[in-house]
Amino acid sequence: MSGAAADAPIDAHDLTRRFGSFTAVDRVTFEVKRGEVFGFLGANGAGKTTAIRMLTGLLSPSGGRATVAGHDVARDAEGVKRDIGYMSQRFSLYEDLTVRENIRLYGGIYDLSDRDIRDRTSRMLGRLGLEHAADALVRAIPLGWRQKLAFSVALLHEPRVVFLDEPTSGVDPITRRQFWELIYEAAAAGTTVLVTTHYMDEAEYCDRISIMVAGRIAALGAPAELKQRFQTPSIDDLFVRLARPTP
Amino acid sequence: MTGTPPSPAVAVENVEKRFGATVALAGISFEAAAGELFGFVGPDGAGKTTLFRILATLLVPDAGRARVLGRDVVAQMWALRPRIGYMPGRFSLYPDLSVVENLRFFASVFGTTVERERARIAPIYSQLEAFEDRRAAALSGGMKQKLALCCALVHRPEILFLDEPTTGVDAVSRREFWDLLGDLKGSGMTIVVSTPYMDEANRCDRVALMQRGRLLATDAPQRIAASYGRPLVAVHTANRYRALLALRELPRAQSVYPFGDVLHYTDARADAPADAVAADVRTFLEARGFKDVRVEPTPPTVEDVFMARMGEAEGAEAA
Repeated sequence: MSGAAADAPIDAHDLTRRFGSFTAVDRVTFEVKRGEVFGFLGANGAGKTTAIRMLTGLLSPSGGRATVAGHDVARDAEGVKRDIGYMSQRFSLYEDLTVRENIRLYGGIYDLSDRDIRDRTSRMLGRLGLEHAADALVRAIPLGWRQKLAFSVALLHEPRVVFLDEPTSGVDPITRRQFWELIYEAAAAGTTVLVTTHYMDEAEYCDRISIMVAGRIAALGAPAELKQRFQTPSIDDLFVRLARPTP
Repeated sequence: MTGTPPSPAVAVENVEKRFGATVALAGISFEAAAGELFGFVGPDGAGKTTLFRILATLLVPDAGRARVLGRDVVAQMWALRPRIGYMPGRFSLYPDLSVVENLRFFASVFGTTVERERARIAPIYSQLEAFEDRRAAALSGGMKQKLALCCALVHRPEILFLDEPTTGVDAVSRREFWDLLGDLKGSGMTIVVSTPYMDEANRCDRVALMQRGRLLATDAPQRIAASYGRPLVAVHTANRYRALLALRELPRAQSVYPFGDVLHYTDARADAPADAVAADVRTFLEARGFKDVRVEPTPPTVEDVFMARMGEAEGAEAA
């Protein structure tokens, strides 16, 4: 494993993806350090989803390169998938399985031993205060709990990098903040976090953010530094100034 | 004139709705005036969609009464339907039809044509015209919502029910959408809208904060914010997470939450002056080794009130 990968579990250089004559992601360059919480922002259609699909090994780049968790996304997509976690608001857990069954399923997918699955299940349920709901169907537990559980399941195999795609969408304001505490805990333990959100206050919770506009990174830095550089009172105002929605 | 006051555009009394064991609405009452921009603010699962479906005559309440434009939503649903515009929360367009085909379809359902209505929807439709032949599925989130709004308006309704029109839409498109709602209100339209984004409460004349099938508060957003009732201070420091954990150990802390680039600290002593609370918090953090701390009184927001009331409601349920 290269030294650079240890310092920057996400390392993209001139990453590009074209669909026919349309360039969805245009020479995107950034690094995310170990234990960093990186906010990946952009208007709908700016290229975020395409970039994330490349970084998670689901779509091959047309140009440039990226390594994630030490694996080249083009040459070793399987290695990337094994060493990352992923959670989205839309889909993460099977609603018709119980909490315990979901954990067991993901443990199996990531090839954990029965013993590891058992140990990590009880540790996770204890930490989330969800022991009483272990055998409840996921559809029957409140959305806020479901999101916290989905995040913990995404970390079950102890990935070095976790991708969170709008993880708090539609969640109440208290649970949203509790969710961010889970993110901080994971980051403090060394997990690298890339997160997307439409809540601009959450952009302020990140160590650094990037704002994508029309396939390119239009701003990259710590929220405080960006507000200073662009002379805006909030990231919300900066976002509105930079991002022009594409139809 | 001393006659009776104009009847409200929406009058809801003790409406309840259950789905099996799930209580979606646990007795909701409110009124929205004609010409008002009235918002429901709350997370997924609060009951917003159930309430909107009842108001749009698509679902029958188990108990209580709802009147829209003076008509009962159950008994007079057929008289009501042509007079209301409803934009459901999930994508309500036909993805395989083009922009103009979607609009034509919704116009024809209500016995009118796009040509006849063009002048009236022009302020919104002009932003879509360049993409008239594009399939709806290929539009961005913000554009889809503008098209859905046009489709809800095309039959000249007197009132609009918009269920989460800005959910999942980026911050720029959200602002543009609210600007459009402001214009519509200016033309006299009554608008009832829901959103999970607390900051959008400020774009409404009045809002109802909704959580688990109940209303936590109903009032003008400024008055809701002003009802917070406890000293609130903002804590600026580089290491917010560490400061958050430290402040939770302060015995006088009522609540500590991250709030954008600061922490919001609420003191348990309701009548303590905010300046004194700020000084206390700074002294406490400095004693814990924080060197860059700045603490100042800050005006509460609707979101602060939502969290406080939510905590109280859940405390009461648990008790």
